[in-house]
Formats: sequence, structure tokens, C-alpha cells
Amino acid sequence: MAENPTIVSIDNLSKRFIMHKDKSLKERLVNFGRARQHRDDFWALRNVSLDIPTGETLGLVGHNGSGKSTLLKTIGGIIQPTSGSVQRRGRLAALLELGAGFHPDLTGRDNVYLNAAILGLTRKETDRYFDAIVDFSGIESFIDTQVKFYSSGMYVRLAFAVAVHVDPDLLLVDEVLAVGDEPFQRKCMAKIAEFQSEGRTIVLVSHSADQVGSLCDRVVVLHQGEITHDGDPAEGIRILREGYEADRKLSDKVAEGADARRPAYSITSVDATTREDAESISIILDYLIEIFEPQDEWGIGLSIENSLGLHIYSMTSFGLNATLPNTVGSHRVRITLPDVRLGAGSYVVNTGLGNQSGLNFDERPRAASFDVTGAGFGYGLIRISPDIAS
Amino acid sequence: MSASPADLRAQRIASEPLHTVGQETRFFRGSAASVRDVWNHRELLGLLVRRELKARYKDSSLGIVWSLIRPLAQLLIYYFAIGQILGAARAIPSFALFVFVGLTVWTLFTEIIGNGSTAIVTNSGLVKKVYLPREIFPLSAVGGALFNFAVQLLILILATIVIGEIPWHVQLLYAPLAIAVLVVFGTAVALLLSALNVYLRDIQHLVEVSLIVLFWASPIVYSYSFVHNELQGNWIEQLYLLNPVTLVVLGMQKAFWVAGSAQGPNVNWPADLDLRLVLALAVSVLLLWFGQRVFSRLQGNFAQEL
Repeated sequence: MAENPTIVSIDNLSKRFIMHKDKSLKERLVNFGRARQHRDDFWALRNVSLDIPTGETLGLVGHNGSGKSTLLKTIGGIIQPTSGSVQRRGRLAALLELGAGFHPDLTGRDNVYLNAAILGLTRKETDRYFDAIVDFSGIESFIDTQVKFYSSGMYVRLAFAVAVHVDPDLLLVDEVLAVGDEPFQRKCMAKIAEFQSEGRTIVLVSHSADQVGSLCDRVVVLHQGEITHDGDPAEGIRILREGYEADRKLSDKVAEGADARRPAYSITSVDATTREDAESISIILDYLIEIFEPQDEWGIGLSIENSLGLHIYSMTSFGLNATLPNTVGSHRVRITLPDVRLGAGSYVVNTGLGNQSGLNFDERPRAASFDVTGAGFGYGLIRISPDIAS
Repeated sequence: MSASPADLRAQRIASEPLHTVGQETRFFRGSAASVRDVWNHRELLGLLVRRELKARYKDSSLGIVWSLIRPLAQLLIYYFAIGQILGAARAIPSFALFVFVGLTVWTLFTEIIGNGSTAIVTNSGLVKKVYLPREIFPLSAVGGALFNFAVQLLILILATIVIGEIPWHVQLLYAPLAIAVLVVFGTAVALLLSALNVYLRDIQHLVEVSLIVLFWASPIVYSYSFVHNELQGNWIEQLYLLNPVTLVVLGMQKAFWVAGSAQGPNVNWPADLDLRLVLALAVSVLLLWFGQRVFSRLQGNFAQEL
């Protein structure tokens, strides 16, 4: 099959927000000559270019205020760009806020028709989908009740049900996938997977790395309005995490200020090695720890994630009754995690030193990594050797 | 081998042309596109009007009747205060009917302007979250006002039948013309004000005050003859007659106020009322176009200003 056609083409897009500090006529008149002082410029997007082919699920990630929602709204036509252009084709549905068009005084039925019309469905089409919508939302018995009496869960379920029945070619989703109770969330995810298999294009803004990792074929990382990564999801999530980490360190440093003392305990190095056999692997972590000022107690904490950032395991040494060295100088510590049945993939280890009351002496995110090669049968996060009998 | 739904979709999308997102903001182009955009959403417009009406009278036992009680109360006040106590009724035949005609027109105008100018701000939830041609919101306010107007007009016609002054004459043709002027003019102003109100919230308060003042600038509770007798056709009277609402009120009175529709000793009509109305319609259409262009220029920043 030929290359998938482009459904959205973004060319050199920039968006500037001007923030006026004065809103009323009086204030504007009073400050007329000094209007420049009373406004702030803020570039939410800078020279963003992006092509989205049909059938792709694109994740937009970034810190708060990095411009991802602005980009989504620009694609949706809700915000006009300052410069550059967005071109688009096919039918669009934007899930920027569930139930944006719901009127609390109208019944669920009226609101379904209204909201469907807002999303671009004709009355005839809504008639056709109406039963499916109500069925999906699971609130048949309340459909003729005014929406203001709905619980918040019922409200979003009905709104989501309308949105996914609009038959869009391009679906814009902003942080609204995690709604309702667990069975309903599963239903939502199943619907998204169905959309993907039907070749619909989805652009997703999310803060959940798990969600982005499991749904998207491509991730765009935005930082202060610019694209810092475009492509592989795992790599994108890694870059995003590093960004968070860098920010946190920066703020830590600022907070510490001149008080940047030498830590009491410090990790010099961590090495991860694995020993594999047919059934399982053992993970061996070799620490080299420098102790400068022994304290009453200290311990080691660690967590393991897969490459998509999914948390797999975490532990601290406190409950283990292990005796750790506590004298000034360099010490070697080995932690062995035996009999781990992990599936194939690459994994990272985050680790740190601290005491039981929560004071951290040292932190080393992504301190070490290890790979597990494909042994065992089947695919997945864990390794299983199944047996079939009859 | 049959193509999968995904492939079919890809093929269909490949055959569609790419189009630029957002409204044409250049001044002299894009009117047609905007009109087409609104036309494509006409079903939604209908639903929004219905939402407006349903929500307004939901949970009240009298419902739509309330939209009549207000003008009827006004009618009573003006009938007694101005008609009987101040004595305006002595010079104006069928004074109650006369006032009711004016009030019907005025109610339509205030509803279009009042609800229209705040339409974008009250629907900010939708404006910020979904792309729609934003003209829809002021237009739905116009639609709601028209519905109420239709109910009042029906009452007006019933009243003329009850008191036996059925307006079945050729001057009835003034009515559609006058209504057209009022709707076009009102829509133009509402579009303009609704867009400006996003940037300057003072507009909605200014509108409230202006409407109170403008009520007295049209011959609703006093007759045009009073004005004419006082001013004798000088430039102030000409200025007075430039007000499109005045022309509309006069046109509607000519159509429905049978007792005074003929030129008489107590009753004066401005010359060429029909021509004035046609001219007012032409100017209103131009104003509507201008208002829409300004609206589409300003609407690009609605989502971030709200």
C-alpha cells in the first residue's frame, strides 16, 4: 500500500498570547499612553512544523505550559495562529472538554442531540446512533432526566458516548480519556483501539506516560512551545522524564541556594548485571557508596521501570534487616533480586539513599539499565513457560 | 482481495483537498465562506434556539406565558400612567393597541440587542472548547427573540380582532418590511456588540443603559404627531426619523393601528415612510455585512480572551 495520506499539515506555526493586565474601559483609557507596559507577550508555540499521516496515533506530551493544548486547539481551529498555517481534511471531532455544550436544564436526550450537532452530526445521523450512544453511556434510565441531576460520572459518560459516536476521521483528545469508573475506562480504551484499527487518526494530549506509551505510534515532545522530540514513543517519554528531572534539580538547587553542603552519603556508581536461565533471571546491582558523615540510620531505595516508563517494582532496604556499613569511607554494597520473571525488553533502575523519615541523601534516577533478551514463550511484561495438557 | 476499512478511509481522505483551518480574516473576502459556514450549521442553530427557549422556561409552571406577562405589565403601566393620568390617550385613538404595537417592536429589539450582545460571553464554554462558526451564538439569540415576537404578534392580531379593528388593508404590507428592517438592523448591531463585548465587558452595561434611553427616542408611548407638532419638520425631526427603530415602530403602527393609520387632524405620518423603510433596509444590510466582517476579524482571539 502507498504511503498514508497526510490528514493534518502544520507549517511553521507560531502563536503569541498577549496578556492585558487591564480589562475595563476605564483602565484602558487611563493607561492608554502606556499600553505597552500593561501587556505581556508570551509565545505559546514557536515555529512548529508537523505532518500527521492518516491512521496515526500521535501523542503530544510536555510540561504544563509547554504549548501542547494550544497546539491541539490550533489544529481544531479554536485558536487562530499568529503566523504559519494549519491545513486539515476529513471530519474532525474535538474532545477538549467533555460535555462542553451540555445545558444543565435540558434532559439527557436533548443534550445528546445538541452535543451531537455541535460535534457536526445531522439530526438524522443522531437518530441513527441514538440507541448506541445511550447504550454505550449505560444510563438508559436517566436519559429523560435533566442533566443537572446527573452525578459527575454519568455526565462525562454521556458526553464521551456522544463524542465517540460522531464518526470522526480525526479525533483530538485532551486529557479526557480517564473518565468514569474502571469498567467504563476499559470501554473507552477498547473504543480507542477500535478507532485505531479503523484507521482513524488520533491526536492525544496526555500527562500519563503509561497511556501515551501504550496508545501512540509517535510522540511529539514540546518544550516552551518548540518541538524537542518527534518520533519513537519510548524515546519521547525518556526525554520528557529527563526534562522533569532537570527542572526538579534546578529548583532543588535554587531552594538549597548557598547551603549546598556535601551530602552525608553519596552514590559513586551503580552497575546492573543480569544472570539468565531458562525460567527466570537474577538482577545484581553493585553499588559503590561513599560515606562522609555517618548518621543514625540510612538505607537504599530503588525502583525498576520498563522503557515506556511503566513502573514495575520498587523497594527499600529498611524492611530487610540487612546491616549496611556505616563508617566514613568507600563501601561496596550488592543487592540481588533473584528469580525475576521479566519479559524481553530493556529496563532502567532508579535509585537513591535516604533515611526512614524521608530525608534523601542522594538520588540517581536512571542510574543503571539492563536488557532482558527474549527467552520464554509468548510476549508480555512477564515471562511464562506455559504448559498445555489434555 | 477487499480493502480494509482503514485503507478505504485513507483513500477517501487522500481524495479530499486540504483546507486551511480557521476563518478568512481579510476584510473584503470570506463573507461568502462565513455565510456558507453558518448555513451548514443551520440545524445546530435551530437546536440552540430551542435550547435557549426550553431552558429559559424550564421548571416554571407558566412557561412561555411569562414572555407575555412582561409586555402586558408594561402595557398596563403605560396605559394608565401616560395614557390616562398624563392624558396622552385623549389625542391618540385606541391608545392601548397603539402602545402594544410599539411595545411588541421594542421587545423584539431589546431581546435581539440585549441577548445578542452577551451571546459570545455566555456561551464561552463552547467558544473555548469546540470550533463552530461563532456567528451562531448571536444568531441563536436573534432566533429566540423572533420566537417570542411571533407569540406577541399573534396576541396583537387576536387583540385587533377582539376590538374589531382588523388591520385588513393595504398598509399591512408595511409590517413585513418593518420587521425585516428591525431584524437585519438588530442582528448587525448584535453581531458587532457581541464581538466587542468579549474584549470590553463594559459594552453589556452600556447596552442596558442605551436601551433605556432609546426607548424614549421612538414613538412607542407617545405618537409621532406630538413630535411633528412640536418640531414642525425641522432638522431635529429629520434626525429623529433617521433612527431605524423609529421607522420600524411607525411602519408597524401604520400596519396594525387601524384607528390612526389614516392622515387626520390629530394624526401625522412622515412623508415617504415606505421609501425610508426600504432605504433603512439597504443600509441595515450593509451594516450587517460590515458587522459580520468585523466579527470575523475579532473572533480569532475569542478563545483566549474569554
